[in-house]
Amino acid sequence: MRNVMTAVVLDDTHRWTLAQLCDVCQVSESWLIELLDEGVIEPLPGSRSEWVFDITCVRRVRRAHRLHRDLGVNAPGIALALQLLDELERLRGGR
Amino acid sequence: MLYTHHRVYRQGASIVEFQDYYQSLGVARDASPEDIKRSYRKLARRYHPDVSQEADAENRFKEVAEAYAVLSDPEKRAAYDRLGANWRAGQDFQPPPEWPQGQQREFTAEEAAQFSDFFDSLFGGRQGRRGPASAAGASMRMRGQDQHAAIEISLEEAYHGSTRQLSLQTPELDSQGQWVARERHLDVRIPAGVRAGQQIRLAGQGGPGIEAPAGDLYLEVRLRPHPRYRVDGRDLSLDVPLAPWEAALGGDIEVDTLGGRIQLTVPPNSANGRRMRLKGRGLPGQPPGDLYVVLQVVLPPANTPKARELYETMARELAFNPRA
Repeated sequence: MRNVMTAVVLDDTHRWTLAQLCDVCQVSESWLIELLDEGVIEPLPGSRSEWVFDITCVRRVRRAHRLHRDLGVNAPGIALALQLLDELERLRGGR
Repeated sequence: MLYTHHRVYRQGASIVEFQDYYQSLGVARDASPEDIKRSYRKLARRYHPDVSQEADAENRFKEVAEAYAVLSDPEKRAAYDRLGANWRAGQDFQPPPEWPQGQQREFTAEEAAQFSDFFDSLFGGRQGRRGPASAAGASMRMRGQDQHAAIEISLEEAYHGSTRQLSLQTPELDSQGQWVARERHLDVRIPAGVRAGQQIRLAGQGGPGIEAPAGDLYLEVRLRPHPRYRVDGRDLSLDVPLAPWEAALGGDIEVDTLGGRIQLTVPPNSANGRRMRLKGRGLPGQPPGDLYVVLQVVLPPANTPKARELYETMARELAFNPRA
């Protein structure tokens, strides 16, 4: 009998530190700071001593990374693109 | 949207479909590097899965990205051009015998896993890709890459939890320091209550490290559409057909749910489309979701004399005008 692995669900309650976020999304810390400076992602409120991020940040950073890698968009461009995409999604009816 | 970085292993795939990279990018064979880049960027913006609403965007984007990976690299483009201009997209293709093996192999496993068999056959996909160990010296330590894949599960599996067997193809370094593809099977217990879009992590099951821990494997959960249930987060809705008299008179009916058969009391004078909420009977979680039963009144056909008579009695004796 093979070993059965138990999956860890990363859901809305899971939290990541800055270093873990870099690790999970395979991006450098300096690039992540750029995204933070542009407001692409925001740490959860109330985390004073250390920044803490949730799953929406993971999704956003991965998306930002793909836009950067595939379309050559820089951080301000990514911020604009994601803002427009969010807007578009809202207009289409929250799908 | 995400990319699946593992693929099902196919044996003996030595004949592959020819890919016309110039056609993929919509450029002439003598296009300049600037033209190629411009065309790639234009198509990438149009088909990128993160921005595109076009049907089949993901496949189109992969095709474009692969074409660009080859045509933007002078060495690879030259090698590709040596195949000649007579090939047509989709033709059966085998690399010529003089094709250099093990030469231009500088794609990461992650990149190459997205590309076609044609690409693999030319630029080394599954076998003998040179890894970072040989490039940077054997003393280098490197944590394994995280891998990402999607797993599609049924609603029943999401509700009850399940154990699934995954087939993964992951790169491993062999004794010569070359990347080779190994197929692995992994049994994974999916906990009850997972939802579409969630990520699940299998620690240490990603790419192998070099004198360092392996990466993690991330699976994005996708939910197969269910013929009866609609899913909204943890909430489920289910259409339940009712006879007109059940809706009008009310009464107890039996409903099959994911958690088993239940008794449902239909209130008298229930309108078609009425939603009844069964608290906590949606997908499990903290808190669990709700199950919405949507009543669908179904009319019996008037296809026998008896049925016609009953309808005629109602028409005569009920003073009912639905358009009043």
